[in-house]
Amino acid sequence: MNKNPVLDREFLEIRSLIVQLAAALDRVQRCPDSSKTDKRRGQIESAIRLVLHSDGNRAEQVQLLFSRDFDPDWKQSLLK
Amino acid sequence: MEYIDPHIHMVSRTTDDYETLARMGCVALSEPAFWAGFDRSTVHGFRDYFRQLTEIEPGRAAQYGIRHYTWLCINAKEAENVSLSREVIAMIPEFLKCSNVLGIGEIGLNKNTRNEATVFLEHLDLAVEHDQQILIHTPHLEDKYQGTQMILDMLCNDSRINRERVLVDHCEEHTLGAVLAAGYWAGMTLYPVTKCTPARAVDMIERFGTERICVNSAGDWGPSRPTAVPDLIMEMRRRGHPAEMIRKIVLDNPRRFFSQSPNFVDDWKRE
Repeated sequence: MNKNPVLDREFLEIRSLIVQLAAALDRVQRCPDSSKTDKRRGQIESAIRLVLHSDGNRAEQVQLLFSRDFDPDWKQSLLK
Repeated sequence: MEYIDPHIHMVSRTTDDYETLARMGCVALSEPAFWAGFDRSTVHGFRDYFRQLTEIEPGRAAQYGIRHYTWLCINAKEAENVSLSREVIAMIPEFLKCSNVLGIGEIGLNKNTRNEATVFLEHLDLAVEHDQQILIHTPHLEDKYQGTQMILDMLCNDSRINRERVLVDHCEEHTLGAVLAAGYWAGMTLYPVTKCTPARAVDMIERFGTERICVNSAGDWGPSRPTAVPDLIMEMRRRGHPAEMIRKIVLDNPRRFFSQSPNFVDDWKRE
């Protein structure tokens, strides 16, 4: 008997998402012009590392990884 | 289950979509003014668009028993043209007396530029001067976090604004908490690829609770699902959430937010 009903409910969905992610990364790798210096590849690898963390806040952390920084003094440069 | 879609662009949808929404339980919707997929060149183009929002769409919706409300503005993508924006803002008061207008929206930022911020602030002035509610668009993808923070900065620095009459839309995991903590209403858009899935929206409801949160489809001319709110209802049911909680998110919360506008008619019966 499984003890985690959420895992019971989500397992196949998670499995499917991981297979989709693996296949998409294979697709990128197969592309002959694929540049290893493209910063988006680094973002993807960092995001995957974040997903493996277990702090329970993965989605927010991944969103922030893909976000531009916020400068709290933005008004001084933009709204002079 | 009866529901309200608080953000959907029906000028871009077919009459069949109105029928489908009605069959799904949609009793009312609100349609913020937005970008048509191309930049309009004159204030006259906006006047015609506002007539469509205030005269034509309510009639199309009424054929299927759906109440149609709207919000008026020049959107952030066209706000780079500041002179045109000012002409549109000057013209908006002509339409504020129309019976289906809830307020000013969807104003906001797109690429977080100086001109967008300038026009956003002038829309805030317009809303305050005419005692209007405000519906706010936050940017997409990598610009969302920065743009949402900028919007919150501008809102929070304006002591004239009643935070309970402002909804900041298109919130996701990295922006929802800040919007709610600052005292504003928050919207989550159920939109393929670039915004929120129903499952992630339910995750955020489970994490942040049901207060001051609305969900919408933002159905428009791009890839989008006008029936996304029923998809969220299904996901909440699948997880075993009670009907009262679901109804609060999809019906009672938008009713509560919209009821702050004198033009909102809140007279349908509870199921």
